[in-house]
Amino acid sequence: MTLADTLQTSFKTVLSYRIRSLLIVLAMALGVAAVVVLTALGDGARNYVINQFSSIGTNLLVVLPGRAETSGSFLGAVLGQTPRDLTLKDAQLLGRLPQVRRYAPLNVGAAELSGANRLREVTVLGSNADLIPIRHMKLAQGGFLAHGTERNAQIVLGAKIADEFFPRSQAIGQRVRLGDSRFMVSGVLAAQGESMGFNTDEIVIIPIDYAQAMFNTTSLFRILIEAKSHNDIEPAKQAILATLKQSHDGEEDITVITQDAILATFDRILHTMTLAVAGIAAISLIVAGILVMNVMLVAVNQRTAEIGLLKAIGATSSDIRRLFFAEAVWLSFAGAILGFLLGQFGSLMLRLAYPQLPAWAPVWASIAGIVVALVTGIAASLWPANQAARLDAVKALSKR
Amino acid sequence: MIRLSAITRTFHMGGQAVYALNGINLHIASGEYVSIMGPSGSGKSTLLNIIGLLDRPDSGRYELDDRLITDLSETEQAQIRREKIGFVFQSFHLIPRLTAAENIELPLILSGMPQEQRQIRVDEALQAFELKQRASHRPAELSGGQRQRVAIARATIMQPSVILADEPTGNLDHQIGAEVMALLENLHHGGTTLIVVTHDRELGARAHRQIAMRDGKIMTDQADDAG
Repeated sequence: MTLADTLQTSFKTVLSYRIRSLLIVLAMALGVAAVVVLTALGDGARNYVINQFSSIGTNLLVVLPGRAETSGSFLGAVLGQTPRDLTLKDAQLLGRLPQVRRYAPLNVGAAELSGANRLREVTVLGSNADLIPIRHMKLAQGGFLAHGTERNAQIVLGAKIADEFFPRSQAIGQRVRLGDSRFMVSGVLAAQGESMGFNTDEIVIIPIDYAQAMFNTTSLFRILIEAKSHNDIEPAKQAILATLKQSHDGEEDITVITQDAILATFDRILHTMTLAVAGIAAISLIVAGILVMNVMLVAVNQRTAEIGLLKAIGATSSDIRRLFFAEAVWLSFAGAILGFLLGQFGSLMLRLAYPQLPAWAPVWASIAGIVVALVTGIAASLWPANQAARLDAVKALSKR
Repeated sequence: MIRLSAITRTFHMGGQAVYALNGINLHIASGEYVSIMGPSGSGKSTLLNIIGLLDRPDSGRYELDDRLITDLSETEQAQIRREKIGFVFQSFHLIPRLTAAENIELPLILSGMPQEQRQIRVDEALQAFELKQRASHRPAELSGGQRQRVAIARATIMQPSVILADEPTGNLDHQIGAEVMALLENLHHGGTTLIVVTHDRELGARAHRQIAMRDGKIMTDQADDAG
């Protein structure tokens, strides 16, 4: 029996048991579709997080005071000391490092903003002009501490705040009071919405000196550093640690977080999650495989007399084995293809329903789904096909 | 030419060995028309199955066309079944989901014949067995006589040298049965060896050589002068 005839004959058989075949194909397809959609979801979530992270800056390093690690004995703790603060001087030192493109010292607090007969509590960021490019914020209008105005009492308003305080008029050039000080509005941020739980539409930015005076502190909350390139991130981190160790009398009392490290952690978590979810979906494929085995065993039983006849008219055992095997191949193949299409459709629906979620199934998942479906379906048919091939012709023929 | 020497075949039933065939010696020349008769359990079907290579004897020699069959592999035996032997069964054994034409085509597919040649052969067979009108009907849509005609067409499509018929008229009424026998005898006139197993004396008497079996042994073996 030729391969083409085997495929054609088994294809006809699959078609002639319409309902049975449809149900198996559907079970297979749902398994594959589940793998595709769930990995699309997982990968979409991963890409979403990555996008969010790159929206807060690229090649970003964050320097914060204190060690984030447990050390054996911190003498200072016994003596009642707190970790040494980060100061503006530290920030300036770091700004001179060769690996650093720019830096922004950061203080965060809350204060009352008043002006144009309105009053509200706002989150205040104290920093320098580089904060805006480092954090990938955009100014809708105006500027912040432009060259030559570094010492001016300027304030940048978040989009929503500008809209609330000056709904009808131009915000730039207006005078506002923040806490006890007076500022002139020099810029308005473009509306960006929430990113990483921080809404830039409802903040104000003032120069770091004014913020430190307002919050009565000489220490910094964070120093944001932008490395010159992606390759400079790690050298920059080492240089920062070394510089501040030196300026802090040999004490390693700061922590440097790189965006890469955070991103890598999230990436790992979400990748693992995607794999786990795909694994669960793959179980449904195994179940579909067992269904194929069950149905093929029933088919062998139902078609015993037919198998006997095929032997009587000259079919070899391997002809019969191949016929049943080919049937399973058709069913699995149809299931895998249908499942792939269903999965792509499902992912498309997800993307339409949640446009911010890039729910594209990764290529490996689609291939893996199809391959697992084919392999389980085919593996599940081996035993039934063998049963059929080994039937005794005389006994098989006598079965009605 | 079929030559069986000292063929035995035992079945085990409830721990007891039952001789279905007990030392059968038989020679059937090519072109003979032989009937094998006997009560149920006499071993006539087992003998037919062994001649048709569906079953293997426990001991003895079987030569078909001067070739020792007993030692052949399963695949070689399948090839001989395909090329030299045609089976006709009491219950027709047609595949229900295939049309008459597709059922007839099956042995050709198994032999690996290309589609175009198969088509020609099947058309000829449909013509010869007056099944042209029924070509695309499934077995369920055919009468008993038509089904057996399809089965005979299938058995002869490979132009075998031996036709083995096991109670070919058992499921048919007298009239149709006679027509089916006429078809088979027609094949015999064309030179094919015809071996019919039956417990119908009248049917068996039509053969030119009549073998009677009982308890796995050949009791009588008579040839007509006409044969």
